[in-house]
Amino acid sequence: MKKAPGLRSYTLFYLLFLYGPILLLPIFAFNDSRVVAFPLQGFTTGWFAEMAADQNLRNAAKNSLIIALSVATISTVLGIFAARASVRYRFPGKGPLMSMIMLPLVLPEMIVAMALLVVLLSIGIPLSLFTVILGQTLICTPFAVAILTSAFQSLDRSLEEAALDLGETPWSTFRLIILPLVMPGILASFLICFTISFDEFIIANFLGSGQPILSVYIFGQFRFPAKVPSMLALGTLLVLLSIILLGFAEYMRRRGIAKAGGKVSGGFL
Amino acid sequence: MAQTPRSEARTGLKLISPTAIYVILLLAVPLATVLVYSVMTGGRGIVSFPLTFENYAELWSKSVYGYIMLKSLLVALVVTAATVILAYPVAYFVSFHVKPERKSLWLFLITIPFWTSYIIRVSLWFVILGFGGVLDSTLAVVGLQPLNLASYSILSIIIVLAHAYAPFAVLPIFVSLEKVDRSLLEAGQDLGESRWVTFLRVTLPLSMPGVIAAALIVFIPTVGDYVTPELVGDGKEPMIANLIETQLLKLQNFPQGSAFAVASMLMVGIVSVAFVLWNRRFIGGSK
Repeated sequence: MKKAPGLRSYTLFYLLFLYGPILLLPIFAFNDSRVVAFPLQGFTTGWFAEMAADQNLRNAAKNSLIIALSVATISTVLGIFAARASVRYRFPGKGPLMSMIMLPLVLPEMIVAMALLVVLLSIGIPLSLFTVILGQTLICTPFAVAILTSAFQSLDRSLEEAALDLGETPWSTFRLIILPLVMPGILASFLICFTISFDEFIIANFLGSGQPILSVYIFGQFRFPAKVPSMLALGTLLVLLSIILLGFAEYMRRRGIAKAGGKVSGGFL
Repeated sequence: MAQTPRSEARTGLKLISPTAIYVILLLAVPLATVLVYSVMTGGRGIVSFPLTFENYAELWSKSVYGYIMLKSLLVALVVTAATVILAYPVAYFVSFHVKPERKSLWLFLITIPFWTSYIIRVSLWFVILGFGGVLDSTLAVVGLQPLNLASYSILSIIIVLAHAYAPFAVLPIFVSLEKVDRSLLEAGQDLGESRWVTFLRVTLPLSMPGVIAAALIVFIPTVGDYVTPELVGDGKEPMIANLIETQLLKLQNFPQGSAFAVASMLMVGIVSVAFVLWNRRFIGGSK
């Protein structure tokens, strides 16, 4: 490898820019001052205590958890159907159907949220956590399909044919052979959809009818300067959680590809 | 086990149907509804006939709407240009100067910030750029004048969006750089081109598809961003998403809001097609 000191230091600087705001989170979450500014005032864990005592926050966290678990489950199941169909079978209308499923990736989220909202309001469905789940599933499904497609692609077709030749039914083949092999992909998809849903704001805000949901709650609290430090404490925890979940998802994804004999390359996207 | 094409098609369709039906009901139908509403007559919370193009005429005739559309477009284009230009050297470094076994690690490092809560990252900028915030207080400690960036709403919005979507831009550029045939570069240099000229005449054109993909990936969400103008710009510099929200939710004018939504989708569509056509030129040129 050629050395490129200039490019290397630029890249490190770029990473610093990317991580800068996130690095501020723990610094000010432990800073003993309500004002988020330098110089630092001393160490405290008080903001974490304030955060833990906040009843509204707990409600919001509970709701977010319900939403994220539901969205991750539904999106992954829908993702399995679509990915399996598109990798394994040829059928008419496959192109348009797949583009329709992947469309939310290239549509501003606001448009998806507003279109759905207009329809829900018009036919009189009351907004609730359920409508948030419906909307977020739409956003998460393309990610699930993308991850699961690469999981199904790395599957060796002859294993399936062997099982069928040995007298298994298509369903038992799927359950006994295919499912275990793509399990790491399924887990990765579940974790990533969970993370996206947990962090998602637009749909939670507009389809949630003011129900306390974590991202919406955070957005609201940042407007009150007195609340900012405890939000930074919360942010520190959420960032840690995201990194752990994603590290685990990436580990599962790699193990899945390696298990099926493929070569690991690139990241999630 | 051999399957006839017809039974294969049937199985495939059966398999994809749950996902397809979900997407048709919750995405295709709502988008079609918005399209129909946009040419209907509306009042507060109601839509009625006759069909009319008045909502679109309103968009053209009121200069404030045109201004907001244009502003969103320009902000998104500036953010896109900044993000892509800043990301290119990073992608180049990872592709050309990092050992193959270390590449995934670098990419993972670059993508992690994207996966941390968007709302928290944007809110953090609000704290950083705000009056007496982290940036200005740091400058004060060093003995410099405060910048008061928060009072330049549009500039703050651009900085925050460029930061939020930065990791998006690196990956597609990296992928296209990985595909560049290294022997072409050696050939260029063997034939006496300098390293810089080789880059300009070989590497850069060959990586253009990745650059354009990156531009699209950044442009689409930025043009429709809602949170940043609301929080960092303090709502003083609304963009399209904020305008759609005002019409649809605050004023309950479904047809007018729908017309804005359709117009912004058209705008995104036109810019995307322009990017894709531009891309085709490079693919054609690199035969």
